[in-house]
Amino acid sequence: MGRVVLVTGVSRDLGLRFAREIATDPSVDRVIGVDIVPPRGDTAGVDFIRADIRNPVIAKVIVKEEVDTVVHMSVIATPGGVGGRVTMKELNVIGTMQLLAACQRAPGLQHLVVKSTTTVYGASNRDPAMFTEEMDPKRTPSSGYSRDAYEVEGYVRGFARRRPDVRVAMLRAANIIGPDVQSPITHYFKLPVLPTVLGFDPRLQFLHVDDLMAVLRFATLSDSAVGTVNVAGDGVIMLSQAARRLGRTSLPLPSFAVGGLGSVLRRGGLADFSPEQVGFLTFGRGVDTTRMRAEWAFEPQHTTASAFADFVGSLPPGIRAPGHLASADHVLAGLTDQLSGGDARG
Amino acid sequence: MGDAEIIPIGTRGRPGRGTGSQRPSSAARGLARDSKKVTKPAKSPAIDPPQGSSEAGRGSSSAKTGVETSSTSAVDRGLGGGIPVGDWLAAVNAAALEVFGTDWEPRLAQFLAFLRRRLNGDYVVDEYGFDTEVTERFFMAALRPIAEKWFRIEVRGLENIPTEGGALVVSNHSGTIPVDGLMTMVTTHDRAGRFLRPLGADLVFQLPIVGGLARKGGATLACSEDAERMLRGGELVGVWPEGFKGIGKPYSERYRLQRFGRGGFVSAALRTGVPIIPLSVVGAEEIYPLVGNVPSLARLLGIPYIPITPFFPLLGPLGLVPLPSKWLLEFGEPIRTDDYDENAADDPMLVFNVTDQVRETIQQTLYKLLMERKSVFH
Repeated sequence: MGRVVLVTGVSRDLGLRFAREIATDPSVDRVIGVDIVPPRGDTAGVDFIRADIRNPVIAKVIVKEEVDTVVHMSVIATPGGVGGRVTMKELNVIGTMQLLAACQRAPGLQHLVVKSTTTVYGASNRDPAMFTEEMDPKRTPSSGYSRDAYEVEGYVRGFARRRPDVRVAMLRAANIIGPDVQSPITHYFKLPVLPTVLGFDPRLQFLHVDDLMAVLRFATLSDSAVGTVNVAGDGVIMLSQAARRLGRTSLPLPSFAVGGLGSVLRRGGLADFSPEQVGFLTFGRGVDTTRMRAEWAFEPQHTTASAFADFVGSLPPGIRAPGHLASADHVLAGLTDQLSGGDARG
Repeated sequence: MGDAEIIPIGTRGRPGRGTGSQRPSSAARGLARDSKKVTKPAKSPAIDPPQGSSEAGRGSSSAKTGVETSSTSAVDRGLGGGIPVGDWLAAVNAAALEVFGTDWEPRLAQFLAFLRRRLNGDYVVDEYGFDTEVTERFFMAALRPIAEKWFRIEVRGLENIPTEGGALVVSNHSGTIPVDGLMTMVTTHDRAGRFLRPLGADLVFQLPIVGGLARKGGATLACSEDAERMLRGGELVGVWPEGFKGIGKPYSERYRLQRFGRGGFVSAALRTGVPIIPLSVVGAEEIYPLVGNVPSLARLLGIPYIPITPFFPLLGPLGLVPLPSKWLLEFGEPIRTDDYDENAADDPMLVFNVTDQVRETIQQTLYKLLMERKSVFH
């Protein structure tokens, strides 16, 4: 008998995409997608159950459908789609509590996979260059997405203590990036002019969406995937470097102005600048991926740089991008050609 | 309407005060006599212009003749603008030779390629944000003249820096502004061929611009995680354990080492088994003699001290020019830590002992170097 996988948060792109992908695996019999609103788009191979994970109904679903694997993907970063911050917090924290409570009462459950985020490490000037899984944030996040993720992780650890027979895998994924990913960071990079924090150049780390799918599949199916693991592409790029690769102009502003501009943009629905996003754009963050390689033996296909390049390729080129007529690159390339041409003649 | 009476203004070319009277004043007559003397020699160049212009008209080497004849007439100056394109190219060529040397074409092409790479973001930084290219091309190039010409740094014991593998350079800290760190970085790069990766206080990374530049220059936060990570990665790491107590100490306490923190750097070296290289810097104490402090204002601004030197803030920005003291750097014999067993880092007494050993070595070397130094400035 194959696995029965329950995936939460399938109304969102990443959740649905993962549910569809895991359904194609031969060892999986059935995939049940759960969310409050039905997913838009193709749900081939996924049985959708409209249920609220904040409601005890979820426990009945798990028991009745004989679910043995739960993949929790509905910890959300932006309140945008669901309403206000209060709803977001309720979905994230109360939803996770209910889901874990239901899991605890389900005797058939064997595997729990939780997609968390590297945002739990926060971002501050007192951060080490690379966070390993044992490290705690230097400042416990007080609000927002990172606080939610921090609390969710706490509940997951509590669950792991109470149900030692269940294999728990928690992925702390770096910022997901890819051609059709909708997230605060991709919205940010789609702005025509990138507001940056004056005098700071944060280090960024990305995880390609394909690698996220691969690592989730690995964590779902492989018994060796246990514990909390950072998942990110190799290397870091600086924000200034990212802006240049995008060919976009950056607009350095003092940090309070970035926050102010952020709330204007948020009201306009253009981008989300939560306080932790501003912190991230000020101090950046890097996570160590030794455990991902050594213990999980998982190797991402994309580095941070190549994941970002893939994302850049999907956007219309910026005004300063190489190849654009108005770009300095065009002029410099012409000059270089002229010089090397002179060499050939001389 | 009657015609307006014309009141003459000026002398209409005649010498005089412009009073309208026909007879010039005596002072004006004096002037007129002088002007006669001047006009006489001026007559001969007045004949020249047709000659000069015809020369410029047929001669292609107008750039040369332009210099000689330009003083004589305005006509020539106008023609001098028409320097042939060939001459311009020759001048550019000469300038490029001057700036880049004989192989200027490939060098310029190289420079343009570098510029292009920077503009496109097509370069690599390491996980700490260290930008090798920009550090070598800009930071080091900017600091080198200061190290060599202003402070005239003299280095001893370079052989104590291992050519490869991790090592921890521990140095005394002084000078109000951490100039000694920058100078040590440029010296190790130029003389020992290795990048020194400094560990900075969290305040450094909180400050705008400074924080960004510090990461680009290879610095990271002074915490045990980063120190151990860098040492394991085989980097040459620099640490100033006195911290703000060291650079912010008054001038009267110069060359007296402060407490060496909690010995965290020794634990890091013990855990990673890398040698500790004591470094004594003489000269940095005198660059900004700290004679006063405003603790209340410093607390208000959240910084460790407000420096008052004999010239700052008295002379304003000019007071920021460091005094040109003569610097001596001595790298001491490495203290090996790979002999200790694995749990050595958890033995506080051992850590304190090694910390004291390093501190004593630096203090004694400082005294020795001070004896050798003839005066502060040479």
